[in-house]
Amino acid sequence: MDLGIQNVSKAFGATAALRDVSLSIETGELVALLGPSGSGKTTLLRLIAGLETPSAGAVFFGDEEASRRSVQERQVGFVFQHYALFRHMTVLENVAFGLTIRPRHSRPSKQEIERRALDLISLVQLSGLEGRYPQQLSGGQRQRVALARAMAIEPKVLLLDEPFGALDAQVRKDLRHWLLEIHERTHYTTLFVTHDQEEALELANRVVVMNEGQIVQIGTPDEVYDHPAVPFVHRFIGESSELPVRVENGQIWFDDCPTGLASDRAGSGLLFFRPHQVEIAPEGSRCLAARVIGSRRLAGTRRLELSVGQSNRHVEIDVPLEHPVAQKQVVFFRPKVWTLFPTGDKEQARPETVGAKLVFPRSAAGGTLRHYEPSVS
Amino acid sequence: MTAAVSSSRWRFREPGVIPGFGLTFGFAVCYLSLVILIPLSGLVWRSSTLGWQDFWSLASDPRTLSALKVSFGSALLAALINSVFGLVVAWVLVRYRFPGRRIVDAVVDLPFALPTAVAGIALATLYAPNGIIGAQLAGLGFKVAFTPAGIVVALVFVGLPFIVRTVQPVLADVDREVEEAAATLGASRLKIVVRVLLPGLLPAILTGFAMALARGIGEYGSVIFIAGNIPYFSEIAPLLIVIRLEEFNYAAATAVGVVMLSISFLMLLLINLIQSWSRRRYGS
Repeated sequence: MDLGIQNVSKAFGATAALRDVSLSIETGELVALLGPSGSGKTTLLRLIAGLETPSAGAVFFGDEEASRRSVQERQVGFVFQHYALFRHMTVLENVAFGLTIRPRHSRPSKQEIERRALDLISLVQLSGLEGRYPQQLSGGQRQRVALARAMAIEPKVLLLDEPFGALDAQVRKDLRHWLLEIHERTHYTTLFVTHDQEEALELANRVVVMNEGQIVQIGTPDEVYDHPAVPFVHRFIGESSELPVRVENGQIWFDDCPTGLASDRAGSGLLFFRPHQVEIAPEGSRCLAARVIGSRRLAGTRRLELSVGQSNRHVEIDVPLEHPVAQKQVVFFRPKVWTLFPTGDKEQARPETVGAKLVFPRSAAGGTLRHYEPSVS
Repeated sequence: MTAAVSSSRWRFREPGVIPGFGLTFGFAVCYLSLVILIPLSGLVWRSSTLGWQDFWSLASDPRTLSALKVSFGSALLAALINSVFGLVVAWVLVRYRFPGRRIVDAVVDLPFALPTAVAGIALATLYAPNGIIGAQLAGLGFKVAFTPAGIVVALVFVGLPFIVRTVQPVLADVDREVEEAAATLGASRLKIVVRVLLPGLLPAILTGFAMALARGIGEYGSVIFIAGNIPYFSEIAPLLIVIRLEEFNYAAATAVGVVMLSISFLMLLLINLIQSWSRRRYGS
């Protein structure tokens, strides 16, 4: 079922939770709504489910406007962060609930309901536990019951609200793989909310990045990671360092020193790069010079905390574990992949990304995707 | 050595590392003995001087039996009525925000605080054939005051806070997401209440029911004013005890007391068992 959200706004009293949000999702997609808390992503999910009514705008399921329908009629599968299982019912009764409460004329027979519920229980790999009560299950098992329960009504869309938010890291990892498998097998159109960028990048076909009630970028995981549309996305997804710079004579300058990075823009901007996408430069070449103020061991690399220039900007870079530069007081480096966001002039506010692999937009129908020109470094 | 000792002796369940188990347990036992067990065993001991024959003839006296029937029957009925309407009151207080909610909330406790005789007289005045409500009901052919129905009215009055106060906190704790989950699965409002909410509230409702029932069985002050106290018709067992005492017939009084005590104990024990079963099943 295609899903369309058209110019939806939602206000709670005086605070606007969503401001003019539009989004379209194709059948079978697995889409992540990613954003910090308070960005409106859960509100958007609840609007689609019908648990909230929009202040303005409309929600479409296929060609049909869903906004006028009640929660009960929308036939969405909703999975809550804290499972929201019925604790006086067994796993089997929980999963079968959506079918057993149907009015008599559309209700399958008792055997049929039980067969379908047991099928789903085995799909979520909980066979043998169908007689247990929710409080006898672990968190990961409970969330799987919740998913099976949501799938039992054969939903038009599956909506997951921070499904792994309450679980510990290891279980989370397992469940991610498992959710991918389920999605590949069932192909339900799935929308999930998360504030964990790693989860969004790993699971989703497309990532919708939200901030302050608005969608700031829609794209594949590669697009949002390599070609962030706005500084917020660069800061929020992946690790990043930023420096205020100036562009003059085709060269990027920081603190009146040339950085060795070329650009054909002019004016001031923000230079973004990621800690692992830098190269150590020979002393005396055009590069950034920085004082080392700290050094930490990360899993496979060493992270250096640096202070750059007279304004003591704080940036971080990664170097190989045994690299001699870790012992030094001063480091010379140059970003290999970077993005320049012009500041000021709105007309030119398109970022320039250099060094990242080019990714072609998958489909323009799936929302406003940005086009990127091939870049040269 | 220690292993031999611990395996040969019956032991309490491991009380945990926080000290004070011995002290608090000892205190609880002493306190319960002083306050409850010793007075009650005095009652039993007193009646045991009667001998089985006398005890049985006193206990199975028709007047005693009908008084017991009135007492337990009306208490049971009143507790049932309270379970339904107390639940509604608790629901309104928890779920809705309306002006004067705090006042209504405070009013619920009034039956606790009001001297029971005042309540009884007030109710009797209202429901008497010439009272405001009683006159209306008399027009419809109902007689409430001075009949067992009047007893039920009085017991509903004194029992209401028990249900409201036990259900209220549990209802306030119900996770809204559970209801939302049921709604997304297609459950109508009514089905959500019946299939999802009520089973979760059952242990609390049972607790309130047991307390209202216990209170109703022992209630004296409010009932005697509205009951009319007609032997074999609207005479409650506690009143019969007082009547026997005034006749200096202590043996008969204790016999009625012991019968009441045993029935009450069995009923409360049964309710407690159901409750612990439902708690184990549904988790508390």
